[in-house]
Amino acid sequence: MLFRPNPSSGVPIYLQLMEQVKHAIATGAMRPGEQLPGMRKVAEELVINPNTVAKAYRELEHEGVIELRQGAGAFISENAPSKKDAEKFRAAQEAVAVTIDKLRAKGVADEDIRRLFEAELLATEGKRGE
Amino acid sequence: MVSDRLAIETVDLWKRYDGIDALRGLDLQVPTGSICGFLGRNGAGKTTTIKVLLGMAKATRGVARLLGAPAVDAEVRRRVGFVSDEKDLYDYMTVDEIIAFTRPFFPKWRTDLEQKYRQKFELPGPRDIKDLSRGTRTKLALLLALCRSADLLILDEPTAGLDPAMAEDVLQALVGHVASEEMTVFFSSHQIAEVDQIADHIAIVDRGRMVVAGALDDLRDRFQRVQLVFADAAPEVRFHAPGVVRVTRDGRVLTVLTREREPLMTEAKALLPASIEVSPVTLKEIFLESVRTED
Repeated sequence: MLFRPNPSSGVPIYLQLMEQVKHAIATGAMRPGEQLPGMRKVAEELVINPNTVAKAYRELEHEGVIELRQGAGAFISENAPSKKDAEKFRAAQEAVAVTIDKLRAKGVADEDIRRLFEAELLATEGKRGE
Repeated sequence: MVSDRLAIETVDLWKRYDGIDALRGLDLQVPTGSICGFLGRNGAGKTTTIKVLLGMAKATRGVARLLGAPAVDAEVRRRVGFVSDEKDLYDYMTVDEIIAFTRPFFPKWRTDLEQKYRQKFELPGPRDIKDLSRGTRTKLALLLALCRSADLLILDEPTAGLDPAMAEDVLQALVGHVASEEMTVFFSSHQIAEVDQIADHIAIVDRGRMVVAGALDDLRDRFQRVQLVFADAAPEVRFHAPGVVRVTRDGRVLTVLTREREPLMTEAKALLPASIEVSPVTLKEIFLESVRTED
């Protein structure tokens, strides 16, 4: 699941690795309590320096994103900064469910509901308050 | 044997050939356990440095140490593996024969690794070495160097002439080995991308002297491009901050390339620009700037 960092991007490789792990947590690809691949394995599979992997894991531990358990390996922390994203996602899912129910109750076909959502997203793309 | 924090160390190393100073006071420090990329233009002194380290040439002056002992010490060289560009292998032997020939010299020979690399590198046992492709010869040389349980591995352009897949196999074998065994790797290379990929330390030599050396992440952090945009024409400024490599003025924009971000930032802010932007500098640029501006 971890993929090769770009060595020439100007962003240090250990930072890229850290970002990958954080992103995996945010998207739910990795969850609290789950185990990360071992440092040696990551170094060998991604063909990067083992010290770099160690640095990334140490920094992630320092930030509380992962836990390094002696002899057992590296695990995503229970309180990794992803809970907020997961909760936000769940709330969004609920809002969508409520809207779809309402539209169906009004007799709008599923295919039309889908098109309406897509059209609205496209039309308002540039206007996001981000 | 005392384990040193430096696997390789040279202090004020000089080497003179026929009146030419190939090395002019080279200071090199390779920390134990690191993978160090050795960069330099052709003729800068990379090969000479390696020759002196391996005892193939004698220093004119200065100190060269491997694993804490003098480089000329034959004992310490038994703990050092070397993979060279010419791949000094006995052409008339087969793969099996050269492995069988090399094995007895090293009491700590790893037969488990021999099996692993024979398979991984797909080495054809009964084939004559002279019939092997360049990439396969390199992999064979690598097997011979890794199975000896060397504490230090020195490689001279290990991926030169190899296709990207072969080159990656070599790099993977190196990082894989360093990850599971304790070993220091020192490799000279012209491939900036591969140094970026696997090295955690670098040393750049130019005209017989070290011009840039240290932990790669540290260098990347300090060597930066700072761009200042002004409301009107950019001022003509002489920066006093140390480490400024190059300053370019272009209308309202002042671009500064510096080895030391912090001191420059202080001076830059004092100019009260409309905006300051800091961006990373690639290793390639660090290399080009370092070998160009040296007096």
